[in-house]
Amino acid sequence: MRNFKNGAELLALCRQTQLPISELMMQREIKYFEGSRDEIEDRMSHAWEIMKESVREGQTEGNRSMGGLIGGEGHKVSARRMQGRTLVGETVSKAMAYAMGVLEVNASMGLIVAAPTAGSSGVIPGVFCALQEDFGFSDDEMVRALFTAGAIGYLITRNATVAGAEGGCQAEIGAASAMAAGAAAELFGADPETVLSAAASVLGTMLGLVCDPIGGLVEAPCQKRNAVGASNALVCAEMSLAGVESLIPFDEMVEVMYKVGRSIPYELRETALGGIAAAKTACELCGRCS
Amino acid sequence: MREISVFDVIGPNMIGPSSSHTAGALRIASMAHRLMDGPVKKIRFILYGSFARTYHGHGTDRALLGGMLGFSTEDRRIRDSFRLADEAGIQYVFECNTTEQDVHPNTVKIIAEDRYGKITEVVGESIGGGNARLRQINGVSVDIAGELQTVVVQQLDTPGVIAHITQCLYEEGINIAYLNVYRENKNEHAYSVIEADGELPASLAERLKKIPAVLQVNLIKL
Repeated sequence: MRNFKNGAELLALCRQTQLPISELMMQREIKYFEGSRDEIEDRMSHAWEIMKESVREGQTEGNRSMGGLIGGEGHKVSARRMQGRTLVGETVSKAMAYAMGVLEVNASMGLIVAAPTAGSSGVIPGVFCALQEDFGFSDDEMVRALFTAGAIGYLITRNATVAGAEGGCQAEIGAASAMAAGAAAELFGADPETVLSAAASVLGTMLGLVCDPIGGLVEAPCQKRNAVGASNALVCAEMSLAGVESLIPFDEMVEVMYKVGRSIPYELRETALGGIAAAKTACELCGRCS
Repeated sequence: MREISVFDVIGPNMIGPSSSHTAGALRIASMAHRLMDGPVKKIRFILYGSFARTYHGHGTDRALLGGMLGFSTEDRRIRDSFRLADEAGIQYVFECNTTEQDVHPNTVKIIAEDRYGKITEVVGESIGGGNARLRQINGVSVDIAGELQTVVVQQLDTPGVIAHITQCLYEEGINIAYLNVYRENKNEHAYSVIEADGELPASLAERLKKIPAVLQVNLIKL
């Protein structure tokens, strides 16, 4: 197979081979990293098991973060849903609660999969576990969908960035949410064009989001942004599946995101010098700001 | 440019909270740990830049200690590494240097002493996404990522040593991906760093050590 370097090349390859994005990403991995299909599948299954375990761990009340800013929020959101009082519906409530919980696991030195980063590690497990529970997808289907998510993350990493220090939160949570949206669309039978359209819609809707963690820690507002990234993935997948396409193609949207990222001031790119991190109360919370 | 793997994006699997402040820090310490011949007894960690400012909230200290205890980035024991180091009788201290400006923002210097009093000093940088590079070993500038199978040979800077090393690799049937030689001053200690495709056999170290000019051999694949 040929390598693909952007969304247009990927879609051309999909048309030519009549294969889904997940399969082409698998074939690319076999070709460039000298592993067998079984080895690569096993490795991805292992990542999926860690994701599921991090969701389970995140739903307990006992997670206290190292910085002390978060702990127990995912459990609270789930408790309300379990009382039958959810406002946003079962699946979105689960996705956001699970995403928040995984961030608690991460912030309390638990085991997570950085997908694509540790700061955005709640989004994909949140969306994936909610979809598996509510729609009965098998583990094999979820593992395959992780390759779709991986393809989108690879294209964003290659042609832009997924680092908050470089592109702000729009690059981290934005990428995670785009990856989850595309994967969700493929799980529900979307063709490759629709998958990338969902991802493009995510990037467009999270454009400009800054990275301003209180005290420089991966806790707040990161946890809530993981919740929003997870729900936004479902919103954008829903739009794409309904035929509401992104007007701007995926590749152009990645470029737009990168340009916007580079124009975000230094103070708003993970340095904890601006935004929420510089709010009066944030300074009091972390006790380090002068 | 190295191609981006799906596991660069769905991964690494790691103990949180930060790929650069936790997983990357641990990788530096893991490499330092593997450069030591004897069991570690005392460690001094000197943290620079962002490491110095935010190490506590990111658990960078636990991760560094975990790396020196031989844990992988996936090991759940990292959270308890203070207690585990105490139980193993390892002394450790963390110092912050916030005045040095001319360093990568996530830099640590590790000065470790083994049970026999031998000191290994490394400087490493956590460069993002859980990746790390060693920048110095015992004062000699190097550049080691530890991603491929890597052998670090400490040697006397005399003629014929490189020929010996490449001969050993040939005899073991190893294909060299990269070979770099680093030294500070002529006729003093130098380091050869060999990154290879495929597995490196344990017999390689013994073969390399057969000439006296080879002082120490460590395998640091992470």
